[in-house]
Amino acid sequence: MKSVQFIDGKAVHVVKRFSCDEWVELVTAYLENDLDEPTRQRFEEHLAECECCGHYLHQFRVTVTALGALPPDPPPDDMRDRLLSAFRNRRDSRVEERRSS
Amino acid sequence: MTRISQMSDREEAIVESFTGSRLPPDDVVVAALRAGDESMFAALLDTWSRGMLWLARSHVSTNDSAEEVVQDTWLAVIRGIDGFEGRSSVKTWVYRILVNTARKRGVRENRTVPWSSAFEHREEPSVDPACFQSADDPFPGHWKNVPTAWSTPEGEVLAAEVRGLIAAALAELPPRQRAVITLRDVEGCTSEEVCEILEISAANQRVLLHRARVAVRGRLEDYFETARRSA
Ligand SMILES: [Zn+2]
Repeated sequence: MKSVQFIDGKAVHVVKRFSCDEWVELVTAYLENDLDEPTRQRFEEHLAECECCGHYLHQFRVTVTALGALPPDPPPDDMRDRLLSAFRNRRDSRVEERRSS
Repeated sequence: MTRISQMSDREEAIVESFTGSRLPPDDVVVAALRAGDESMFAALLDTWSRGMLWLARSHVSTNDSAEEVVQDTWLAVIRGIDGFEGRSSVKTWVYRILVNTARKRGVRENRTVPWSSAFEHREEPSVDPACFQSADDPFPGHWKNVPTAWSTPEGEVLAAEVRGLIAAALAELPPRQRAVITLRDVEGCTSEEVCEILEISAANQRVLLHRARVAVRGRLEDYFETARRSA
């Protein structure tokens, strides 16, 4: 990790080449577009030369995609019913308020 | 009774059209909620409650307690929607109420997550150093067990086994990592929204997200490796 520093939220590299163990630490920063230009270039240079890290990046993307593909999960029925009924009560009482004012 | 059952039929049709896709823009959502549009409220409930439950669970000690936090949050939303000023997105507003409600409850339960403290292990690598060759190996810093290509057909519905692995991985994460990855990758919040909801810096958000993703990837590795070998 000594070759990578975070300055003002940007990852800044201070040595020439990344080894794989340094490179993996930057994957999220890369995907977030948070690398400064020279670091991004080094990141991509390593990526172009290293099949292993290419696979790792793909695996990382698969993981993020899988997380986003979890099916929606509504709240438990009893809670849902209670809240919908609270929403209706509030609406109805506001209609009452308006009528009486 | 007839009135209620008719409403729920109509409501379900509309809810179907919202969930799984995107919710309408904030001004439409707010106007509908203020007008008492139950289908809109149901759509928000169904879209956000899971993320809210997971996030609440990071602050309180039991699942029941987390459910109560979510319920109290929605009740506060119902009470507060007329006063919503639009200074943040509706989603951020709802999640901010959730976090505040959950924190108060966590304090009562003596279960406080040190959200604001300088985060632990910052200097430690997120990926286990044992994955890489050491100084005595031929290629120090290079992978020891090389990552392989995962075969994953695009657009395929997630296998139940993958869903289970992800759920288990998320459950094992430290609370703050779980909160960030849930909001970002599961619920689709932007990094700006996550920073605002959790009151953390952009750099902190990225570190927590990275560590959480590394951990979830690790849990999926065995599954995809096995799938690859048997393919
Ligand atoms: Zn590499």
